[in-house]
Amino acid sequence: MSFLAITRATLAKDIRLEWRSKDAINAMLFFSLLVVVIFSFAFDPTAEESRRIAGGLVWVAFLFAAIVALNQTWARELRNQVLDAYRVSPAPATPLFIAKAFGNFIFVAVLEALMTPLFVAFYKLRPLGPSWQLIPIAVLGTWALVVNGTFFAAMSLRTRAREIMLPLLLFPLSIPALLGMVNSTAAVLTGETSPTFWIALLVAYDVVFTTACLLMFEAVLEAE
Amino acid sequence: MKRGFTILAIVTAVLLSFALYAALVIAPTEQTMGNVQRIFYYHVPSAWVAFELFLINFIASVFYLVRRSAKADILALVTAEVGVVFCTVVLITGPIWARPVWGIWWTWDLRLTLTLVLWLIYVSYLVLRRFSTSSQTPLLAAVLAVFGALDVPLVYFSIWFFRTQHPAPVIGGGGSLDPRMGWVLLYNWIAFMCLAWLVCWTRYRLEVAQRAVHEVEAMQSLMEGTR
Amino acid sequence: MSETQSTPVVVADGLIKQFGRFAALRGVTGEFAAGKLYVILGDNGAGKTTLLRTIAGLAHATRGVISVLGFAHINEARSQIGYMAHPSLLYDEMSGMENLRYFSELYGIPAADVDKKCRDAINAVKLDPDLDRPVGQYSQGMRQRMSLARALLNDPKLLLLDEPFSNVDARSAAEMAVLVAQARDRGKTVFVVTHQPAQLEAYADEFIWMELGRIVDRTATRGGRQ
Repeated sequence: MSFLAITRATLAKDIRLEWRSKDAINAMLFFSLLVVVIFSFAFDPTAEESRRIAGGLVWVAFLFAAIVALNQTWARELRNQVLDAYRVSPAPATPLFIAKAFGNFIFVAVLEALMTPLFVAFYKLRPLGPSWQLIPIAVLGTWALVVNGTFFAAMSLRTRAREIMLPLLLFPLSIPALLGMVNSTAAVLTGETSPTFWIALLVAYDVVFTTACLLMFEAVLEAE
Repeated sequence: MKRGFTILAIVTAVLLSFALYAALVIAPTEQTMGNVQRIFYYHVPSAWVAFELFLINFIASVFYLVRRSAKADILALVTAEVGVVFCTVVLITGPIWARPVWGIWWTWDLRLTLTLVLWLIYVSYLVLRRFSTSSQTPLLAAVLAVFGALDVPLVYFSIWFFRTQHPAPVIGGGGSLDPRMGWVLLYNWIAFMCLAWLVCWTRYRLEVAQRAVHEVEAMQSLMEGTR
Repeated sequence: MSETQSTPVVVADGLIKQFGRFAALRGVTGEFAAGKLYVILGDNGAGKTTLLRTIAGLAHATRGVISVLGFAHINEARSQIGYMAHPSLLYDEMSGMENLRYFSELYGIPAADVDKKCRDAINAVKLDPDLDRPVGQYSQGMRQRMSLARALLNDPKLLLLDEPFSNVDARSAAEMAVLVAQARDRGKTVFVVTHQPAQLEAYADEFIWMELGRIVDRTATRGGRQ
């Protein structure tokens, strides 16, 4: 049985399930739309200020919305206890993690692609720095959110009050990633500073935690 | 064992009472900050002790992951709990000092923020332990502790870069530190370490006893209906 | 006791499983020979499901040793175990074939054989492989059978079935009992946890009675091989 085949099959299955139910993406979209609107009322910034704070607003909205997707990924596996069907099979645990993380990455990336134009319109954003840099920042930042998010969502399966446990476990650890995303985005939007340090930080965060998640996922999955 | 515990308790009591005297009387009054600076003799040792406990927690967690030793797990639990208490003391005494001296309760400087983040991580660690329904809570907790430890350098560098304009270090920065102040600080640190050790030891024994009780109860439920 | 010519499929020695202070298994010991149909009976909370999950490697015994199919570590035995739980273990939003195709990937069934294997498994439980309805819209009986098809997909040597006849109409239950007996006749070892022993009266090789987390009685029947 090939590692890659299992990953691919699991990812395809998750995307198919999401496509049919649209549980996660609808909730995420509406949720982040609400956040954008509420932030727009809460802060009434001028164009100059908005450049400075938009990085934070965007990523906080995505972070909250990502929680919805992250909780959904494992909720899907709890219905009819399908997760047991995976655990009883000879398939190793790691492909399951990789597929879930990639799946979440795709869902959150779709959300970001749909929400970004809205943000730009609401806050009249026009990046003063090199805007192509926003793409690697978005990729690295999203991965930083979903890799630990997928891991800790799996861990919170083993707790009471599963859905509330995820943010409690995830947010404290995500602080450096959040700083990285917010500041690099702000750096590009304002064009005042260079985002290089923050991008490097995100790379380091991604590498460290992806490795840690891959090493420890099996233990967490089996810890029922 | 029991004797050692009693001795430690007495030593701690003596050290702590003298520590209070040293901090309030022996140490000279700081020229610019005045008497409020004396809170440092509690604040700084608490911080050092908290960090030491978190370090022990990390080592014990790794040891647990490698060996699955129940003792390492109890040690990790105990150091996290006591560490959070000391860390809370740091976070409370800090602003009490900062308000009159800096004129603000809080600033996002490197050490403050790092302490706060550590506190958050370890509170989430304790929450996980409490809310876990898994029969392998120690394993989950150890994994979280390792993740937390991996996070610390990243937090450090991000805040270091974020707040390059943070106020210069207050302690050990200039020559303003009276040697007597240094001695009192060191002495208080030792006293606080003894206190932490004592509390951890008590908590450790309590946890061991509690687990033994659970074991007996579990054995009793196993025996039910044998005849 | 009949002489055991083959090595036992499941050997349990002093299995204890605790959930906090509650002990679901309180010392299960026993050997179970290959090619037999075992029916596990007992009240709710007797530990039947936990025993089945422990054999399947889904629950890990707090104490005691279990070896399955001769392997000390369950991971090596997994490809030869088929497990059917009380919930369906199927994705409600996908059709039967889609479900089975996904699970065949997990068992490393070669791509060329996947379609045939899935069709065979579905045909074997007397369902239509071309039924394009999501499993969530199946009747309870159909879902149970699809669930059995999933458990049979990898042609396991050891089949573990938890309440396969619950919430199923009498005819379906009788049909499934025949399927289970056929699996045994093809050389598989089958464990069935059930509240309806009558369904398997005619086929079982042995009844295993559980009470308070222990095996209290094992009665061989002549039902299996006359």
